[in-house]
Amino acid sequence: MNFDYTDEQNMLRDSIAKWAAGQYDFDKRRAALANDEAWKTNWATFAELGLLAAPLPEAQGGLGGGPIDVSVVMEEFGKALVVEPYVPTVVIGAGALNYAGAAAQKEEHLTAIAAGERVIAFAQAEPKSRWTLTDVATTAKKSGAGYVINGQKAVVLGAPQADYLLVTARTGGAQRDARGVSLFLVPKSAQGVSTRDYPTIDGTRAAEVYFENVSVGAEALLGEADAAAPLIERIIDEANAAYCSEAVGCMRMMTDLTREYAKQRKQFGRAIADFQVLQHRMVDMFMASEESYSIALRATIKLAESDAERARAVSAAKVSIGKHGRFVGQAAVQIHGGMGVTDEMRVGHYFKRVSMLDATFGNVDFHLKRYTALSAAAA
Amino acid sequence: MDLNFSAEEIAFRDEVRAFIDANYPAHLKGRVLREDLSKEDFLAWHKILGKKGWSAPAWPKEYGGTGWTATQRYIWLEENARAETIPPLPFGVSMVGPVIYTFGTAEQKQRFLPGILSGEVWWCQGYSEPGAGSDLASLKTRAVREGDHYIVNGQKTWTTLGQYADWGFFLVRTDPNAKQQEGISFLLIDMKSPGVTVRPIKLLDGGYEVNDVFLENVKVPVDQRIHEENKGWTCAKFLLAHERAGIAGVARSKRNVERLKAIAKAELGDNGAPLIQDEDFRRKLAELEIDLTALEMTELRTLAREQAGRGPGPESSLLKIKGTEIQQRLTELTLEAVGNYAQPFPRALGDNEFAVGPDYAGAAAPIYFNWRKASIYGGSNEIQRNIIAKMVLGL
Repeated sequence: MNFDYTDEQNMLRDSIAKWAAGQYDFDKRRAALANDEAWKTNWATFAELGLLAAPLPEAQGGLGGGPIDVSVVMEEFGKALVVEPYVPTVVIGAGALNYAGAAAQKEEHLTAIAAGERVIAFAQAEPKSRWTLTDVATTAKKSGAGYVINGQKAVVLGAPQADYLLVTARTGGAQRDARGVSLFLVPKSAQGVSTRDYPTIDGTRAAEVYFENVSVGAEALLGEADAAAPLIERIIDEANAAYCSEAVGCMRMMTDLTREYAKQRKQFGRAIADFQVLQHRMVDMFMASEESYSIALRATIKLAESDAERARAVSAAKVSIGKHGRFVGQAAVQIHGGMGVTDEMRVGHYFKRVSMLDATFGNVDFHLKRYTALSAAAA
Repeated sequence: MDLNFSAEEIAFRDEVRAFIDANYPAHLKGRVLREDLSKEDFLAWHKILGKKGWSAPAWPKEYGGTGWTATQRYIWLEENARAETIPPLPFGVSMVGPVIYTFGTAEQKQRFLPGILSGEVWWCQGYSEPGAGSDLASLKTRAVREGDHYIVNGQKTWTTLGQYADWGFFLVRTDPNAKQQEGISFLLIDMKSPGVTVRPIKLLDGGYEVNDVFLENVKVPVDQRIHEENKGWTCAKFLLAHERAGIAGVARSKRNVERLKAIAKAELGDNGAPLIQDEDFRRKLAELEIDLTALEMTELRTLAREQAGRGPGPESSLLKIKGTEIQQRLTELTLEAVGNYAQPFPRALGDNEFAVGPDYAGAAAPIYFNWRKASIYGGSNEIQRNIIAKMVLGL
């Protein structure tokens, strides 16, 4: 066994921390959130630092890293509350291309992603699908050599910044069938695509995406028609592992910020950190952060295992981190008192982020069911 | 013992229900997000109740109360929650009003109580300070007597909806040499007085609900002091006990359980069936409802005690803790219920022109985040546990 990061991974971590301390501190981030264009500067820096290339294949300008590299990036992003659409583009978009793309698709898109010239958003959830990946009402009907797409996608993270959309659409089967789901890569500028952009409560950007008779060529199809469900399952597991590492970064920051605040905040003539009831709660926050790191790391390593092993490990992490994130977030705000509920303090922003991560690609209950079902199938 | 309403009580309930149906402003029905309400919206129902003589049911009849029994007051709250009315704000009716009629002079009662009852005067609370939160008695805002005035200097914070207030009630230090609790006085301050500055604080749900209040050489006539000089802590404790009793919010939580059930019927769960049929969700909802039932019985017992002439004691801390925990769990479950649509926040664009997703989803996350305040305000739940430990258990 070896739990050490490589020198390259440690350098990656340090380079992000250094960038965040200088260019993405709380005030700069706040200013960037209020500006539609600011993300582009940060995105260019991600390309320069090699963050976009980190997990991509070397043949397409990538650095040939893997999930551990992504987890390093994401934990640091969690600490800095980075809102740029890294996971949709680098983990989901590039992941799908890497696993299922034809040579020409890989060459075109992966190279552009590594260079910071392409942003992809995952148009997967629908207004009534909740987190069920195979619940797809959006249709892609065969038309000549290509397809015509119709439907609505809900809360598509990163869509406002994206130039391409990775779309799940039904080419066959009934609404909740696994068979019949296909993946398409569609330019956002395609005729018939419209979006309603909005911020999310934690500062990221998303959109409702509407497809109205969107004609795409056969080259837009990614992988085999009707058979994308296992691939979607896999890339969402990878995205969830990345988001778990981000949540770990948030939790560690909340634990640290709360400890520092409790040491300097005085009431009743002494630091509130002296009160045992608060000490124990902070100890619980610390333990929750450590356990979260452990289970996120485990999920990350298990991404390379069989489908069932991978899925079970990721769901386990989502359950554990969903619960721990809620506890740590609520405790952090509580110990900050009134200040914890203000926009001015960082702690509340971490709390918002971990809460929304739980609501992304399945919450605690969803993954508890998935874990239970997978365990039953394995027994 | 009997848990059923009498025939008279049922008749009273019908009367109240009919009155609400006939008189509650139509344009305010179903408005739940406080930050979307204007000053007029907040006061509309209060003013209607003022005319009817129902704005302060808990007050003694001689000061403008209704003379209702505890059961009738319970029914009143139930019916208002059921109709989702915007209740009279607590600052006047539940907080400063009882202090004035309990500790004020005849002249002060005559001067201030009518405006509270009618809803013409909006009150706000000047208690907490940046350095005095849980440790309220360490407050530093200073009032120095000069002839028939006090000159007040200091800063208050967390003043809820102070941006609309006409008057505020403030705890100030009048004797810096006395023991902490013994040098405090209770002052009523006209918020239009020169030297009063109100600055809204942005909260993490993006709204502006609380304020900093800066007091700079504010001249306050001595006849606006309630109770004796340096006896303000008595008023403060009295008021906090009242605040806690109302803070349980049982009737509103019951209504919010119904609201949540309606959402869970409309939302589909992970298997495509309505969320309300989801085993995990159902269990959490049932547990919440059971805890709320226990709290309701506890509140009724407290009401009965009050009815018997024994005011709210330290047990009201129990109502505060359990009531706010249940309120927070409700916001948590609502957040879970709305799934992906918890995330959109179009309000950040500065307009409410379009909601994203179903109409019940947009407020779920802001309310969840905002409601973390409930276990902090009115004396944090940690402080409430200290009170029970000391005053009830004698630890």
